[in-house]
Amino acid sequence: MSALLEIDGVSKAYGGVQALSACSLDVAEGTITGLIGPNGSGKTTLFNVVTGYEHVNVGAVRYRGRAITNHAPDQVFKLGIGRTFQLTRIFARLTLMENMLVATQHHEGWARSMVRRGSSAGERRRALELLEFVGLAGHAGEAAGTLSYGQRKLLELAYVLIADPEVLLLDEPAGGINPSLIHYITERIRELNRQGRTFLVVEHNMEFVMGLCERVTVMHQGCVIVSGTPHEVRADPRVLDAYLGGADDEEEGAGAA
Amino acid sequence: MAALYGAVIDGILTGGVYALMAAGLTLIFGVMDIINIAQGVLVVLAAYLSYFLSIRFGLDLFVGLLVTIPVLFLLGVAVEWLFIRRLRSQEKTAMSILVTYAVAIIIEGVLSVTFGVNYVQLHGWYVTRSFQLLGFYLPYIYVFGFLLAAALLAVLFVILYRTRFGRSVRASLQNRTAAQLIGVNVARVSTLTFGLGVAVTAAGGMIFGATNAFNPNSGYDLISRLLAIVILGGLGSIGGALAAAVAMLVVEDVVAVIWSPVWSDVVFFVALVAVLLIRPVGLFGRAAARAQ
Amino acid sequence: MLPRAAGLGLLLLGLGALPLVLSNPTYTSIAIFTLIYMTAATSWNTFAGYSGYIPLGHVVFFGSGAYTLAVAAQDWHLVGGYGMFLLIPLAGLVAGLLALPFGLVALRTRRHTFVVITIAIMFIFQLLAFNLGVTNGSSGIQIPTPLWPAATFNDPFYYITLGILILAVATSWFVRRSRFGLQLLAIRDDEDRARGLGVRTGRVKLTAFVISAIPVGMVGAMYAYFIGQIFPQFAFDPLFDVSVALMVFFGGLGTVAGPLLGAVVLEPLQQYLTLQFSIGDLYLIIYGVVFLAVILLMPRGVVPSTRDWLRARRTGRPDAPEVEGDTDRAAEVAAHTGSPT
Repeated sequence: MSALLEIDGVSKAYGGVQALSACSLDVAEGTITGLIGPNGSGKTTLFNVVTGYEHVNVGAVRYRGRAITNHAPDQVFKLGIGRTFQLTRIFARLTLMENMLVATQHHEGWARSMVRRGSSAGERRRALELLEFVGLAGHAGEAAGTLSYGQRKLLELAYVLIADPEVLLLDEPAGGINPSLIHYITERIRELNRQGRTFLVVEHNMEFVMGLCERVTVMHQGCVIVSGTPHEVRADPRVLDAYLGGADDEEEGAGAA
Repeated sequence: MAALYGAVIDGILTGGVYALMAAGLTLIFGVMDIINIAQGVLVVLAAYLSYFLSIRFGLDLFVGLLVTIPVLFLLGVAVEWLFIRRLRSQEKTAMSILVTYAVAIIIEGVLSVTFGVNYVQLHGWYVTRSFQLLGFYLPYIYVFGFLLAAALLAVLFVILYRTRFGRSVRASLQNRTAAQLIGVNVARVSTLTFGLGVAVTAAGGMIFGATNAFNPNSGYDLISRLLAIVILGGLGSIGGALAAAVAMLVVEDVVAVIWSPVWSDVVFFVALVAVLLIRPVGLFGRAAARAQ
Repeated sequence: MLPRAAGLGLLLLGLGALPLVLSNPTYTSIAIFTLIYMTAATSWNTFAGYSGYIPLGHVVFFGSGAYTLAVAAQDWHLVGGYGMFLLIPLAGLVAGLLALPFGLVALRTRRHTFVVITIAIMFIFQLLAFNLGVTNGSSGIQIPTPLWPAATFNDPFYYITLGILILAVATSWFVRRSRFGLQLLAIRDDEDRARGLGVRTGRVKLTAFVISAIPVGMVGAMYAYFIGQIFPQFAFDPLFDVSVALMVFFGGLGTVAGPLLGAVVLEPLQQYLTLQFSIGDLYLIIYGVVFLAVILLMPRGVVPSTRDWLRARRTGRPDAPEVEGDTDRAAEVAAHTGSPT
């Protein structure tokens, strides 16, 4: 089994707080991997490190065997790693269609982007298809700021997809949204996975994680403590310890948003 | 060499006064996330108030502070309540700068109409007399001004660290939304903070007016320096503002002595640009302000 | 689309015919100043309105353009006439070149720090203008006056400024509709997120900054030539950016028409007030009050408010939806109460 994304001994500290300590994790191509752990265990920080939002001094991140440690967010994205944020980050004053088009320009030169129209017909068609895919096509002309929280999550997923990333890092796709929408999101992720996309999903909703993921990795205090199938993880006593004993470190170090 | 030491001492003494004015500015920023562009012209307004009290009623400049400090506090409260509070969260950065700029323009206009555009200076026995210390002649006003600024900064710290209101202010400094969630009345804290931040200009203005000739236009020069100081110190950091104020004024006075007074002003801004090139959050700033 | 094009054509026709109708030099002078500010506001908005960064140092480009023309005319011993207008592209070039290092330094910072650093750079330039030999310090530089007949003296200035304005508006319009413009708008809404979607934010911002500086430098040169002399306190006036910002906010930040409307309304008002209250003090008060009223009563500007109103009427909905504001707060509260990491 070849690892598409390798995180190798990454450490990150904020002041005195060790958010990640020698954290290592492999994500195999074509899988849906769940990433769980108590608050403050470093999941979001790990996402930030992989996608270039945080810098590290120790450890390495590799994608298809190539080091991408401390690459800038735009470079990481161009290589084919997309992500969503725990607190969705959409462009509130742009329309949904415009939101979709932001990520279409990554493969084109900067001078060219200035003389070009905002979008080509093909891109608009593709954008509409993806909006359709997440069930938001009817809102294409509206400002994204008018969407509900759950709809924002779907839009964020859609506008990342337009750049055709191979790997998607989803930060709590099911957090704070209603159960029927959770089921819908699960289906979308499965569908995308069937098309060959790889997922790494941070989530607190255990039912969601155990139902969706083939492999689950558990983090605690900045390290990976267990990795295995949902069944193995559920049976592992260390996981229970982490959740019960982890109550004293509530704060997530320096947050994502 | 003696001139150099003199410049350093001058810089420290005047730096203390700038520290006081900058502390008000950075405090307002920390709590409310806005920059009060009117801070400079408010200093000038305070200087004119002291001028008026001393010319009209023969009030000693320091005694006059008993009047000017409450007046400026109330003015600050009024400005926040009338204008700042009404700004919506969207574009608040830009809007607050423009609103306080507009307030500054109005105050400048009122001062010009009332007092004219000729330069004036405040008077008192301590303004013209000086004493000798270690071979330097120090005007009394520099020393008195420094002591006053230090005393008021101490009062400010007592308010911030020893009172209930201060605790609310510090909570809001850390995280406005979180403070709101734990029951701090952020709106009221904001109003009072703005008043407090403006009130310090009363003392700053009096000392400024006693050590410099000023006219209604002097606010621009002041605000540009104060902004440079608070950015250098790291926006929202009171300690940073104090350190930056003293450092900048010392550098300015030293440059004036060893090079030329003409270029000492430029050095002020060049230093700011240079520091920001290396550390975009200022010398003591928190790196946290990343989110929009 | 068609009515808009027709409207634009009519507007251009009207602007072109204006000096023929208004022959009084007092009025054509006001018209020239208005065109200068329309250009400045449009260009300022091309950067600020689309990127969300608020610069208060564009007067640096205005002043540098003005001094470029003045110094060149002086050093090359030019005489007043049409030839002097050839210096205007040079002024634009100088402004654009200055915008590169200026933008590189300032755009490393954001929000308040960005505003303040633009102010700081503005003061650096003002001090340099006062103290450098090349600017002749506070005594300023006289610029040769063309020997044109008094009755039509203003016309060449008018038409060439109009040309610069058309250039600036066309640029703003193209940027708004291009991919580049979409990237800028994405930066305005969430810069870090845009970066994570492959937008090269540094480059995009800097390009927009330079683009917005060039026409400002050109009208700065025009201003200097029209006035016939230049002093540091006018070339690098701190109120310039505030006036321009007010015009943009009045009309509507981030729209193409807004800055034009703002300048058309406010610049003649400013000129009128200056003429009426020549002491200049009362003028400051009135200006400040207008400023406050605009920002507090119409925070989004005339153009967006009118557009929403029209749309609401057409679709029969009671009112257009408020986009931001509340959603901001909702997200903020969610950040603290909602699902933990």
